[in-house]
Amino acid sequence: MSKENTNIKDSKPDVIFNTVNYTILSILLLVILYPLYFIIISSFSDPNAVSLGNVWFYPVGFNLDGYIRIFEDENIWRGYFNTVCYTAAGTTINVAITMMIAYSLARKTFKLRGAIMIYLLITMYFNGGMIPTYLTVKSTGLENTWWVMVVVGAVNIFNVIIARTFIENNIPEELYEAANIDGCSHFNFFSRIVLPLSKASMAVLILYYGVEHWNDYMKALIYIRDNELYPLQIILRAILIENQMQDSVITDVESQLERSRIAELIKYGVVVVASAPMLILYPFLQKYFAKGVMVGSIKG
Amino acid sequence: MAASKSENSPFFKSILKDYQLIILALPAIVYLFIFNYVPMYGMQIAFKEFNPGLGIQGSPWTGFDNFTRFFSSYQFDRVLTNTVTLSLMQLILGFPAPIILALLLNQIPSMKYKKIVQTVTYAPHFISIVVLVGMLNLFLSPNSGMFNNFLTAIGKEPVFFLGEARHFRMIYVLSGIWQSAGWSSIIYLASLGSIDPALYEAGKIDGCSRFGLIRHVDIPSIIPTTVILLLLNAGRLMNVGFQKAYLMQNPLNLKEAEIISTYVYKIGLIDAQFSYSTAIGLFNSIVNMVLLVIVNYLSKRLSETSLW
Repeated sequence: MSKENTNIKDSKPDVIFNTVNYTILSILLLVILYPLYFIIISSFSDPNAVSLGNVWFYPVGFNLDGYIRIFEDENIWRGYFNTVCYTAAGTTINVAITMMIAYSLARKTFKLRGAIMIYLLITMYFNGGMIPTYLTVKSTGLENTWWVMVVVGAVNIFNVIIARTFIENNIPEELYEAANIDGCSHFNFFSRIVLPLSKASMAVLILYYGVEHWNDYMKALIYIRDNELYPLQIILRAILIENQMQDSVITDVESQLERSRIAELIKYGVVVVASAPMLILYPFLQKYFAKGVMVGSIKG
Repeated sequence: MAASKSENSPFFKSILKDYQLIILALPAIVYLFIFNYVPMYGMQIAFKEFNPGLGIQGSPWTGFDNFTRFFSSYQFDRVLTNTVTLSLMQLILGFPAPIILALLLNQIPSMKYKKIVQTVTYAPHFISIVVLVGMLNLFLSPNSGMFNNFLTAIGKEPVFFLGEARHFRMIYVLSGIWQSAGWSSIIYLASLGSIDPALYEAGKIDGCSRFGLIRHVDIPSIIPTTVILLLLNAGRLMNVGFQKAYLMQNPLNLKEAEIISTYVYKIGLIDAQFSYSTAIGLFNSIVNMVLLVIVNYLSKRLSETSLW
């Protein structure tokens, strides 16, 4: 079109390449976005229209029935509340412990540095397996308590390496030496200098650990027996995969067919409600991802 | 007494400095000791007849009984075949996906479009496995799912995708690509980003097309990253995700959907056969270790890239 205006002309094979490339990636965008979009429009649609296959591009027979039922459901609320608590408390502990050990491993003068690093790396390649870990947790008395959801999985070695490398690269050794001459201890330096300067790496840690807690269902599956303690993912499993909504919650509807259709509607809604927080959060932290992954892969 | 004197000695000062660092490292060390090292010690019950009353230490030794029992059980062939097949399929189809995505994305001249594609392809990574499997159930449902609605719309018979064992692996692998190809492409994009722009200039001067640049500049430069990741994947070959397989299982597809990790869970935590289940898990880890060592050795010989 306006070829005279561009300095570098694309050769003919390049034009073809670009067209093909843009087409492939656009199809990919569609393949990823459409299922998510479909879930959203279906959750606002008339359940009959969804199950008959009339919903494709926009909500049909707009209604909020599914969401109303979700918000009235005690189990979902409790699960949501539990998950928010587990995620908040768990992530706080994770990030604190990770930053602390990352700082001490970043200090090149620390004599035990190498030994501790090996101690950490061994756990990356070996673990006791499901049953011995279960027996250990059981013997600590944490099984079926609030704490098991917060404490188990508290340290991720990969994340420690990310944080350590960040501190090494961004907070020069000389800064500590200078502070030390002025009488600053490691504790002070860590809390007054390192933490405020590591906001970027802490943001990544919060996201990584946070997503892990938010989406975790295996820990609860193995260690939690008490309904009151169930996180959102266990409730979701009951609704989405074990179809438990159908008979217990939708008691006001007579016909079996109608009930199963409303149950489907609730499923669409519940997917939206459960996934929205993380999907809204991650784009804000996206610029840090590449750095985190790259750093971990080099040093790990 | 001597305390005030030694407090001033340089040796004591350096210990004091390190002592604060030790305290900072301590929570993580203690944590890993309890939740990683103690279970490693507990792994010995694979060679014992574990009795909760007697404890790990007191339970009687049985040698390799638990292992021979597993090798001779009728489940052995099935579970092993399912695990290896699923894992290989995942490796063959799933491993190249993020690489191709990264190569294509890297050639997009518009930064804005590139960023949109990245943001969108990362999204499924943040969806939980429960939700992913829930979405599969919704979309693939035989009477109301969008796939079957589409099939009926174009005049085909509906298929009960999740109820037929032969579809299990494909659904598992493809949904896995959907969920993680974007996220896994980050690392390749990062190593593509570190290529010296002069190489592209040189390629262009020599008359390389964009496709030629991919072949002669991009691909050679990401080979080390690719080999490392391939090695790590080989070392996890037997660790196909417990969570997704377990959630996707139903009585109808169990024939192909039962893998080692789900079997360990059922035998161990549902049937409470702790020793037997630990033995199966240990067998799994040993196969993984052996694979990792072999693949690492081969890679060292062939491409001079290795993990250690």
